Amino acid sequence: MLGKIDTRHLVRPALSRRSFLTVVGLSGAGFMIGCSDSSDTEPLAETGPADAPQPATQSAMGPFVRIGSDNTVTVLIKHLDKGQGVTTGLPTIVAEELDADWSQMRAEFAPADPTRYNNLFFGPFQATGGSTSIANSWTQLRQAAAGARSMLVDAAAARWQVPAADIVVAKGVVSHAASGNEASFGELASAAADMTPPAEPALKDPKDFTLIGTHVSRLDSNAKTDGSAIYTLDVTRPGMLTAVVQHPPKFGATVASFDPTAALDVPGVSEVVEIPRGVAVLADSFWSAKKGRDALEVVWAEADAEQRDSSELLDEYKALAEQASLPARSDGDVSAALASADNVVRREYAVPFLAHATMEPMDCVVELREDVCEIWTGAQLQTGDQMVAAHITGLQPEQVIINTEFAGGSFGRRAVPGSDYVAEAVTIAKAIDGRAPVKLIWTREDDMASGFYRPMSYHIMEGALDSDGNIGAWRHRLAVQSILAGTAFEGMIQDGIDSASVEGSRGLPYAIPNLQVDLYDVADVGVPVLWWRSVGHTQNGYVTEAFIDELAVQAGKDPYELRRELLKDHPRHLGVLELAAEKAGWGEDLGPGRGRGIAMHESFGSFVAEVVDVTVNEGGEFSVDRVVCAVDCGIAINPDVIRAQMEGGIGYGLSAALREEVTLAGGEVQQRNFDRYRPLRIDEMPDIDVHIVPSAEAPTGVGEPGVPPLAPALVNALADATGRRIYRMPIGDQLEA
Amino acid sequence: MAIELNVNGKVHSVDVPNDKPLLWVLREDVGLTGTKFGCGIAQCGACTVHLDGQPMRSCIMPASAAAGMKITTVEGVESPAAMAIRTAWRELDVVQCGYCQSGQMMSATALLESNTSPTDDDIDNAMRGNLCRCATYQRIRAAIHRAADELEA
Ligand code: FES
Ligand code: FES
Repeated sequence: MLGKIDTRHLVRPALSRRSFLTVVGLSGAGFMIGCSDSSDTEPLAETGPADAPQPATQSAMGPFVRIGSDNTVTVLIKHLDKGQGVTTGLPTIVAEELDADWSQMRAEFAPADPTRYNNLFFGPFQATGGSTSIANSWTQLRQAAAGARSMLVDAAAARWQVPAADIVVAKGVVSHAASGNEASFGELASAAADMTPPAEPALKDPKDFTLIGTHVSRLDSNAKTDGSAIYTLDVTRPGMLTAVVQHPPKFGATVASFDPTAALDVPGVSEVVEIPRGVAVLADSFWSAKKGRDALEVVWAEADAEQRDSSELLDEYKALAEQASLPARSDGDVSAALASADNVVRREYAVPFLAHATMEPMDCVVELREDVCEIWTGAQLQTGDQMVAAHITGLQPEQVIINTEFAGGSFGRRAVPGSDYVAEAVTIAKAIDGRAPVKLIWTREDDMASGFYRPMSYHIMEGALDSDGNIGAWRHRLAVQSILAGTAFEGMIQDGIDSASVEGSRGLPYAIPNLQVDLYDVADVGVPVLWWRSVGHTQNGYVTEAFIDELAVQAGKDPYELRRELLKDHPRHLGVLELAAEKAGWGEDLGPGRGRGIAMHESFGSFVAEVVDVTVNEGGEFSVDRVVCAVDCGIAINPDVIRAQMEGGIGYGLSAALREEVTLAGGEVQQRNFDRYRPLRIDEMPDIDVHIVPSAEAPTGVGEPGVPPLAPALVNALADATGRRIYRMPIGDQLEA
Repeated sequence: MAIELNVNGKVHSVDVPNDKPLLWVLREDVGLTGTKFGCGIAQCGACTVHLDGQPMRSCIMPASAAAGMKITTVEGVESPAAMAIRTAWRELDVVQCGYCQSGQMMSATALLESNTSPTDDDIDNAMRGNLCRCATYQRIRAAIHRAADELEA
């Protein structure tokens, strides 16, 4: 999703010089072990009445690991868990190096604090995105846990008066064979916290891993299956009011005037306040606030609003794609190669706006107290949210406390550079002078029609084939809106190119001598755009893998064999491609009405190939029967979580490819709820079979990379079955025409 | 208006507008937040509870209409079918974000209570109304089959 974030471009400089130096000087977590404030070693639980059982005390072993006197090991999770499994993945890394028993592991979201909990790939910025949670935490948590283990061993050595080297740790038990001494982590925790952490803790040789690569059960399964897991929607504060907002019907419209009378007449409604993006109704409950919102009369000023239909926009994008000239990649001489080629294949592809449509609509709880702004939300860019809230309230970012809650999905939606709905909640709380805590709840309609979208794009592909069917040239021109432009992260745009626009295209791995990718960066479109699970790869993976497939067929070659030929120098791409093909039985005869397609794509450092099988009836209706997936994400920390993310990514990609599309009529979003935006349901879910390539490479992410290959593998399968190719997403009923 | 609701075997007296949906009464007035809001128009199933054992979308049903009925939520469902579902959900690690899962489990439990050995078609029919944006459907199907096997055994 993001590269290094240059905080100069954020709302305001937030980090003090001291904290910045701490981050810059950080070589890994080992540096931080034992450097935490003394307050961290205070018991977390309040001391109860005298006759109550003594609560467990917690000893901090650096910023990431706490060990309780009750023998629990709590890992402080600096990332958001929106389903991708970091509350299991990160504790697995810790448990491995600590030699803990899985049953003693716990997870807790870390506070928002970029000096300790920043994403190491993004600079001094706490954030989750770009499928980086495991990758950026890998060495950090291994060192943190290895350091903690060494402190436990030192504490045992001192207690038993034996050499540390003779002490063994396994499954949460510290023992010394010769003396017969044995202790749990809990028994040693408080003494261990006083030990000096090693400067460079020794890490395990991966061949000695006992947990990594095995099945461990998810730490969030229990709470998420008995109703006890707390999401933002479930947070309650004393005296809290609920806010529902009337947002403008068109992007960029503003409030001209409003009449609060009817809203205020609704029992339970206490206040109606204007905010920069609409009018908020506050009430003692959601229902009253929503009824008040629905009764509100607002007149909108639409002069600056986006008023076009999406079909008009698409026509414009088509013309602009012809003019694409920002060079994202240029190998050889494409113009000459196309001009002299025997056969030039030219195809155009249209890709729509999409909504993230997380199951939990956007929501946020804010409480303003003297010199404190406390926030409860499924925070994905904690540091950005802190800065934005600080800016609105006039506080310092450190005075903004963020409680990260479980998020009911994100897919990129909760990582907003301007923190849209968090800012909205803080603004509302401020508008009532902090008189009461405020819970902002977006309805599904708000979520669908007032949010952010995967950008629409238009693509012109040209490929030159010689008489032997070799691809001599490849040109990809596309028109798409930049995600970063106009945001606090704009500084990351290089030479006019937002990498999110061209990722997945400019990195095309195929050996083609003349290869060019040109971008037209579309401006002046009022639709807010954002990263959507796998970002630019969603559109570029589709067009590149659909197009290469068509070129292969035109050249009279097997699409799988052609890819293999062109990937000779890319062993990891080739590895997933061959594994998926082998497991799927590539090449076998499927019989009439059936088709099989393949696609392979690298994103976020992980490699995924998918083979899709379809059955198409005479009328053009089809079912997706099976998807075989091969993934190489380096060392597989939690194989079952990896499988789950591939299953989910495939389902998400399939949902989009089948039907999802956000269209505008006169600037208004037409799909406002799940009656018209119709995600995949259980009866459409294919059988999915995931295979993981064994690897010793450093681990990379799995939240997003399962998505991009699905759409092209599916359209390639449909072409295999019917001879007809899909150039416009979603597929919808195009084959039924 | 004051109504009495029997939720998870306990009677709650609440004073709420008579059109306030059961979903919001459960969440805001009874204090049970396991039942979720996803769409408000009976399209996603996140709000599924049992009324006298039948799965219902609580987002479109006024709480007043549920007075006198036995309301069961994810926090209180404990029939053998419910326990088998919960166990299977945990063994197969069905959940991802988890937000839809209360509704999924309530629908799945109701299915098993009326049909102890559902086919894939039965599962499609019973579960089609429950969206999961994390697309955990493959595991939901497998977990229902596993729970059914457990109950039969
Ligand atoms: S919230 Fe009731 S069905 Fe969606
Ligand atoms: S688990 Fe996330 S929506 Fe179902």
